[in-house]
Amino acid sequence: MASYILKRLLSAIPVLLGITVIVFLIMAMIPGDPATAILGAYATPENVEKLNRSLGLDAPLVQRYLIWLGNMLTGDFGRSYSLNRPVLDEITERFSATLILAGVSFVLCSVMGILAGVVSAARQYGLADKAITFTVLIGISVPSFFLGMMMILLFAVRLKWLPVSGMYAIYGGGDLWDLLKHLVMPALALSAVATGVIARLSRSAMLEVLRQDYIRTARAKGVPERRVIMGHALRSAMVSIIPVLGIQAGFVLSGSVFIEIVFQWPGVGRMLVNAILKRDLLLVQGGVVFVAACYVLFNIMVDVAQSLLDPRIKT
Amino acid sequence: MPFIQLLFRNRLAAMGAVVLTVILLLVLLTPLLPLPDPDVTATADRFQTPFSPGHLLGTDHLGRDQLSRLLHGTRLSLAVGIAAAAIAGFVGSAIGIIAGYFGGRVDNMIMRGVDMLMAFPYILLALAIVAALGPGLMNALIAVAAVNVPFFARNIRGITVGLAEREFIDAARLAGMGHTRIILSELLPNVLPVIIIAMSTTVGWMILETAGLSFLGLGSQPPQADLGSMLGEARSALISHPFTSVVPGVMIFLIVMSINLLGDGVRDALDPRLRSGALSRPRATTLVQRNDPVPAATEDLLAIQDLQTQFHAGNRVYKAVGGVSLSVSPGECLGLIGESGSGKSVTALSVMGLVASPPGVITGGAVRFRGDDLIGAPYETLRRKRGDRVAYIFQDPLATLHPLYTVGDQLIEAIQSHHAVSRSAARDKAIRLFKAVRIPNAESRVGNYPHEMSGGMRQRVGIAMALANDPDVIIADEPTTALDVTVQAQILALLDDLRRDRGLAIIFITHDFGVVGQLCDRVAVMYAGRIVEQGPTQSVLETPAHPYTKRLIACVPELGRGRRELAAIPGLPPSVEALPPGCAFAPRCTKAQDDCRSGQIALTGSYPRAVRCLHPEEAIG
Repeated sequence: MASYILKRLLSAIPVLLGITVIVFLIMAMIPGDPATAILGAYATPENVEKLNRSLGLDAPLVQRYLIWLGNMLTGDFGRSYSLNRPVLDEITERFSATLILAGVSFVLCSVMGILAGVVSAARQYGLADKAITFTVLIGISVPSFFLGMMMILLFAVRLKWLPVSGMYAIYGGGDLWDLLKHLVMPALALSAVATGVIARLSRSAMLEVLRQDYIRTARAKGVPERRVIMGHALRSAMVSIIPVLGIQAGFVLSGSVFIEIVFQWPGVGRMLVNAILKRDLLLVQGGVVFVAACYVLFNIMVDVAQSLLDPRIKT
Repeated sequence: MPFIQLLFRNRLAAMGAVVLTVILLLVLLTPLLPLPDPDVTATADRFQTPFSPGHLLGTDHLGRDQLSRLLHGTRLSLAVGIAAAAIAGFVGSAIGIIAGYFGGRVDNMIMRGVDMLMAFPYILLALAIVAALGPGLMNALIAVAAVNVPFFARNIRGITVGLAEREFIDAARLAGMGHTRIILSELLPNVLPVIIIAMSTTVGWMILETAGLSFLGLGSQPPQADLGSMLGEARSALISHPFTSVVPGVMIFLIVMSINLLGDGVRDALDPRLRSGALSRPRATTLVQRNDPVPAATEDLLAIQDLQTQFHAGNRVYKAVGGVSLSVSPGECLGLIGESGSGKSVTALSVMGLVASPPGVITGGAVRFRGDDLIGAPYETLRRKRGDRVAYIFQDPLATLHPLYTVGDQLIEAIQSHHAVSRSAARDKAIRLFKAVRIPNAESRVGNYPHEMSGGMRQRVGIAMALANDPDVIIADEPTTALDVTVQAQILALLDDLRRDRGLAIIFITHDFGVVGQLCDRVAVMYAGRIVEQGPTQSVLETPAHPYTKRLIACVPELGRGRRELAAIPGLPPSVEALPPGCAFAPRCTKAQDDCRSGQIALTGSYPRAVRCLHPEEAIG
């Protein structure tokens, strides 16, 4: 197992390098001169040239890439000009907030989605199945940012159950209970679509598995039906559900950008959008590489989980 | 057009189609409608509520007419979404076709690049592109299209790889056509439908994604508005004037939902499994719908009495088992023989309610274990007997053992489902059972997964599992069919020993008279869901009375009997959907006469011999 994990980690290196190349190339397509973009249209040519040199922008593309990569590997992601602090400091601080939001949403959508799918399959064409199928259809059709806004109207403005936005109350608060209250709406809004997708997939995966011969064998042995569904069938269905969980994690991470804006959550997504609007490109570049790298590592964990579940995968 | 009919039989898909058509019509007619200019501000009229005079949907924070902005915004959103889908579809498909057609290193390099793009959560890539190009609707369109290119490239490549190996491509190459011509005139027409279906299913995402970027302020810039930027601008007035947010939000929701509904409808209409009902979940026990009176109890250990099991698929009824009666007593082995599809397995599975349902329904008869009727018994009663009093051995243990549990765990579970014993005690019993069925190195074998064992070993596991709770009856459904002859002989010998040692009753299902001869005391021959002949094995083998039995025996090659012509039976067994009146074998029978083709033919004879034939080969008394 350890050697399998190591092998998967090593195989991630080219992917990570590829990510840096892609991000670098995208940033190199910027029309015009980055120094002019930073200094504004009225900058003197001398100042533009000076900044270009100090940013290392006069060097050839490959050299610039290697310098940038080398700097990143030593933890130097550059300095954000709009915030006037090191990019990496800003990212790590913001990423913890995103991780809490996206992590909780991911757990929510996995648990709720699989559960809904299993119930739906076990009660195929029953009332529960129809109710779940209908809810799922609504869930996957509502844009998460609109859902978030409607939740604010209902639960925060009308019912006053939950705070409107933010991660902690400005006065007092700051404890876990405060965080949870602030987390409920954004986490639910963020997990809605993924829950629907996972529920649909889990339902069809369960239906597929329930027709297999080994399910008949379990029943022929006299295994209680609850265990047939939650043990035998779900375990097999998980083999096709887990890879989708990995993909959905990417969608949850993507959706967090919108939810962070709607709920003023101090995460990486909001940081990226603000950085784009302020043309703070080093912050964008660093943030994108950092989050994409984390996602690649997360997918390795998904693969490892898959190999633990399915003994037929050669480790 | 059965496809369109199927699509519209699905009411939800039809609803989606209607909603989408209405939206499309409205959007196409927008420039012709008498609407105020969407971008003219009138701050005096700001935040007019819906249904106010002149503004059906009210006005926004700058006093602009919401209805006009909504329709123009929808127009823009749809146009951008469709354009993004077209660009992504075109570029992605081109990449996919090139990779799939040329293969080798070209393919390898391109697909590596695609994989790397897919390693990003989609929004990050889109944000990076918008960051580089600057905010704006055009740039958002490019970003959304670019993000979706890998999806098309990967799917279309998969299809092209399959096509590129086909003969017609080789033929075109031999005819001297150039690569460009082959791709355009031979490959593209075959790939195009897939591209179009993929585009129509992804256009919903792309509308949502561009709306999202606009919502973030990275797409369309004021005063121009698409649905996303309308919602984004309205957000600042969410609490004071919620309707300005609700209007564009509901429109996005309607568009995405109608596309989803339509997409689901298309997918379902294209999936043949849904039509056949093959995607139904089998219930825990077979459905029972008995109208006729239940036959009275008998003294037998296990008695199947006039059992009728049918498969109901749509309006069709397949009479898989049409009134079968069998019985076994302790220590006895009964062979049940017949061709594939004769209903022997369904008969066996009906005993413990294991016929998949839907589509299976037991419509008549009884199955009595020690006098108690199992058909229609409550689930828990049935479950307690399953594997405990009546156990099954199935064919092909690779499919019938759970692939993700060790064989030991599966055996332990069988024991613990009926006995409250500790796990270690159950494990000890499992090892003893493995030894009893002569699995070498039983202690280490219990830790194996099914795929780590040979076919013969797996079959022994299946037998050990059946023996786990010392059952009274074992129903073995072709347990040796998948095995080679030496292993088959060992398994048969093993079953024979167990029967003698433990007084087991065995119902042995097979299509092989050779196996019946070795193991069974009595044999019943099934054809088209009915028993056509039964009797002691020796007597049936030596003097078969039914022409079908005789032909079946003639099919068995025998060693050391010299060259003999093997007589296959011409024709196929009849479909149990439309059984002919009279004898089901008549169409294939050389001795059939007119009276064979009309009326019910009864099973006649005196116990234990009986035959269902008007003109038997041998008179039985």
